[in-house]
Amino acid sequence: MPAFIVHLIHTLFPKTVLFPDILLIDLGLVVGGIGLFIFMTKTHRWGWLWREWLTTVDHKRIAVLYLIAAIVMLFRGGIDAEMIRAQLALPGTHFMPAIQYDEVFTTHGTIMIFFMGMPFIFALFNAVVPLMIGARDVAFPRINAMSYWLFACGAILFNISFIIGGSPDAGWTAYPPYTGLAFNPGPGENYYFLALIIAGIGTTMTGINFLVTTVRMRAPGMTLMRMPLFIWSAMVTSALVLFAFPPLTVALAMSLFDRLFGSSFFTLGHGGMPMMYVNLFWLFGHPEVYILVIPLFGVFSEVVATFSKKQLFGYPIMVASILAIMFLSYGTWVHHFFTMGAGPGVNVFFGLSTMLIAIPTGVKIFNWIFTMWGGRIQFTVAMLYQLAFIPTFVIGGATGVMLAAVPADYQFHNSYFVIAHFHNVIIGGTLFGLLSGLYYWWPKMFGSKLNEKQGRVAFWLFFIGFWVTFSPQYLLGLKGMTRRLYTYPAGLGWHELNVISTVGALIMGAGFVALVFNIVWTLVYGERDLTGDPWDGRTLEWSLPSPVPEYNFARVPVVHARDAWWDMKQKGQSLAQLSPEDVHDIEMPRNTPVPFLLGVAFFVVGFALTFKWWPIAGIGLAGVFAIIIFSGFDYEDHHHLKAEVVRKTEASLGRLQG
Amino acid sequence: MSFKGLRKPYRSLALAAVAAGVVSTGCGQQYVVLHPVGPVGEQELHLMILAAIAMAVVIVAVFTLYFYAVARFRDKPGNAAPYRPEWHGHKLLETLWWIIPVVLLTVIAIPTVQVTYALDRLPKGKNPVVIDVTSLTWKWLFEYPGQHIATVNYLEIPTGKPVLFELTANSPMNTLWIPQLGGMEYTMPNRVLPLWLQADKPGMYWGDSGQYSGTGFEKMFFKVKAVSPKAFAVWASKTHATATPLTLASYHQLLKHDTMGQALYGSYPKDTFPSIASGFTLNGQGMYMTMHGPHGSIKYLPMSATQK
Ligand code: HEM
Ligand SMILES: [Cu+2]
Repeated sequence: MPAFIVHLIHTLFPKTVLFPDILLIDLGLVVGGIGLFIFMTKTHRWGWLWREWLTTVDHKRIAVLYLIAAIVMLFRGGIDAEMIRAQLALPGTHFMPAIQYDEVFTTHGTIMIFFMGMPFIFALFNAVVPLMIGARDVAFPRINAMSYWLFACGAILFNISFIIGGSPDAGWTAYPPYTGLAFNPGPGENYYFLALIIAGIGTTMTGINFLVTTVRMRAPGMTLMRMPLFIWSAMVTSALVLFAFPPLTVALAMSLFDRLFGSSFFTLGHGGMPMMYVNLFWLFGHPEVYILVIPLFGVFSEVVATFSKKQLFGYPIMVASILAIMFLSYGTWVHHFFTMGAGPGVNVFFGLSTMLIAIPTGVKIFNWIFTMWGGRIQFTVAMLYQLAFIPTFVIGGATGVMLAAVPADYQFHNSYFVIAHFHNVIIGGTLFGLLSGLYYWWPKMFGSKLNEKQGRVAFWLFFIGFWVTFSPQYLLGLKGMTRRLYTYPAGLGWHELNVISTVGALIMGAGFVALVFNIVWTLVYGERDLTGDPWDGRTLEWSLPSPVPEYNFARVPVVHARDAWWDMKQKGQSLAQLSPEDVHDIEMPRNTPVPFLLGVAFFVVGFALTFKWWPIAGIGLAGVFAIIIFSGFDYEDHHHLKAEVVRKTEASLGRLQG
Repeated sequence: MSFKGLRKPYRSLALAAVAAGVVSTGCGQQYVVLHPVGPVGEQELHLMILAAIAMAVVIVAVFTLYFYAVARFRDKPGNAAPYRPEWHGHKLLETLWWIIPVVLLTVIAIPTVQVTYALDRLPKGKNPVVIDVTSLTWKWLFEYPGQHIATVNYLEIPTGKPVLFELTANSPMNTLWIPQLGGMEYTMPNRVLPLWLQADKPGMYWGDSGQYSGTGFEKMFFKVKAVSPKAFAVWASKTHATATPLTLASYHQLLKHDTMGQALYGSYPKDTFPSIASGFTLNGQGMYMTMHGPHGSIKYLPMSATQK
């Protein structure tokens, strides 16, 4: 064999990717890939895939793409979690080698936050925001598709690391100097930095897109104070994204420079300043945790009103508190490293600012409870998640405040107490919120309700599993167990609690299986919802048929009240009564391969830089620029949907008069 | 799903939590954070308890309202509770729940500020034992400049005296944590951070690194033996007299990326610990000082003094 091929094989397949379980997965991927290829070819689906999905710019389809990615990533991250718990169940175990354990907790955290949470949120934004504000698409449909493909490129790049070259192993926070070449020579951290930079570009563009969409694209009459809270949350989240991702990108790029070009921003020697990275990272990181939860505050605000059959309580306060959180969340980052010796003045400032942010967060809880007060609560699955969210999130917030008491945090920091805290808020807030939104809007996205019975099973498994997993971890923290520990000695009294925690993780795993079963079952046997408004909803998306036609609104609605659709229903109006003269030609964005190709080009850049294949990276970069320039001169980016076609579609849905 | 179904799991949850507590109270001492043996850990614990109580008030208030609402306002035929679909605000109530958290947080905030400042000063009038800590990959090097000895992965300290740890790293970051003495602090390359702790009871405690630093990181546990000042002095001079010295060559051996057990050294070479680095002092003089001075009597000088 020529030497360079041998070298290539050694680079791409070092020992750390040759563990037996990974080889088994390799085999599965190859077999599955071949199977899929044959299936697609036999059923002639390649053209369909290309036309309907890979080149689409329709926000509703992009939502589906995000959703699929998020659920696949929930699976991957979940498997990582089960592996972590298996390793930790008993003292002194060697369920897997230390190096693999380090990779697994790193990929678990990174995937759950960047490749599960974020895309799931964007799935909901894409699926709902334009419909809720009476728009026909987002402000920049093509950029929206680009965002998706950049995210997908980052996700794939990150995910192939464990079969090609080796995974990153420095934790989701990737603190230097451990990420430096001196300690971390493999390609793993390159994957991490590049994947997050590329996906981060996509995320930033999504932020801009939804900021502009919510500011500029609302239907006539929908003033700021008439926006549904989900729209407020989308707007604020987008603003947070816009200002939080730049520091992350900078921190990642500087780390990458240290690794690829031998600079010394954060290295051990040459005056490197690792703490600078930590500051930049958390300057992003704390707003990020609010990026991960504010959208779900929006979801819960919609869900609780709909299923309490009552207006949201204290709307102006809800808006004010979201805005307060937005501003304050940029001023709390040091609470992630009180123990880095910034001195008492700095620590006190950030301790107090952290307590301050708990106030608007807490106020929202009362408003949700009082929305139920005097209502009529329906226990749908979406509502169950809301009901589980309130107590769970309150406890997570309370332990957060304990962490904000600076000297106490000296004892909590880096212990399992912190792990329990953030899972308490991230699972209780983010995951429960995402699932609530999924059950709530599924009929709008796919035209049938998710089976409620199965949904309840999944819900209880998740809910009970969550508490069984994480309440012992608070106690473990008090017993001195630190995070990211590969294994621990017997005799510290840690093992019973760890066993309980692992049992809980298995219950949550069963919850995931039930969820997927629920989804697949519904896709196959689900009953079509013909009303378009199965929950007796309050906001505009429920005025449309499900699934929604390509152009969303045949006629753009005029909004007169906060819960626009509820108001229309009260007045006996209906968007279904459309007269033919109201329908005009509609300008729609045209499908384009540009976003997909941009993703491919970025993938080439990312993959080549990971292995320092400069010429190939150069080619990829040239591709990126060529595609962007081409896109800039591509004026054929829209087409006109003829009024005739729209009328026909509406008539077939029984929505046209005469 | 009825409300009964909803409530039970909460109940079983509470039970599970209590059970988990009981199972392990037999060995309650293993809740190291809850059983501090020195003033630092004690003050941190007091703050923790205060915060927990204040938060318990919030939790009880919210849970009461929540369960009441969920029980009362269910959508079932014949529910006699008032139905007010247009009720969307109440000035007094809304003001009230801005005030409640503000009050509770103030209760936590004031002692937080006090204790933060208090713990940032070495107690006056007591000469601390200085220990220079360097985290290595994956081991701890402890140098006692006053006693001219060094240890690896083992600490012996006198009781009733503050111990001033000066922390640095010749490795990725770690944190030095001895839970029964008090909270942790980072070790970072190119910086020296101070942390003071104290053991009031003689005994065997343990310490660990809290910050992940690579594949051998779980081997960074170490024993901490607190003995009377007299016994400490005896141990130190015996170690100084009998243990092999740490040479520069053996120091470089320590820099290798591996794990090891305990070791004692009768002396150690100069310059293995930075004599000039940026960091904070514990004497309330604030921003950055450089350390300077003969071993054992570290003196802090303001940055400006060294620049002249
Ligand atoms: C009441 C509001 C909250 C307060 C006062 C609070 C406070 C804190 C503090 C002080 C820490 C640092 C602890 C340490 O590392 O020593 C922390 C960690 C964390 N919090 Fe919160 N938090 C709150 C809400 C949230 C929310 C809503 C989320 C996300 C949805 C969140 C996610 C996290 C995460 C992910 C970490 C740890 C990150 C890491 O070290 O890997 N927190 N929180
Ligand atoms: Cu934070």
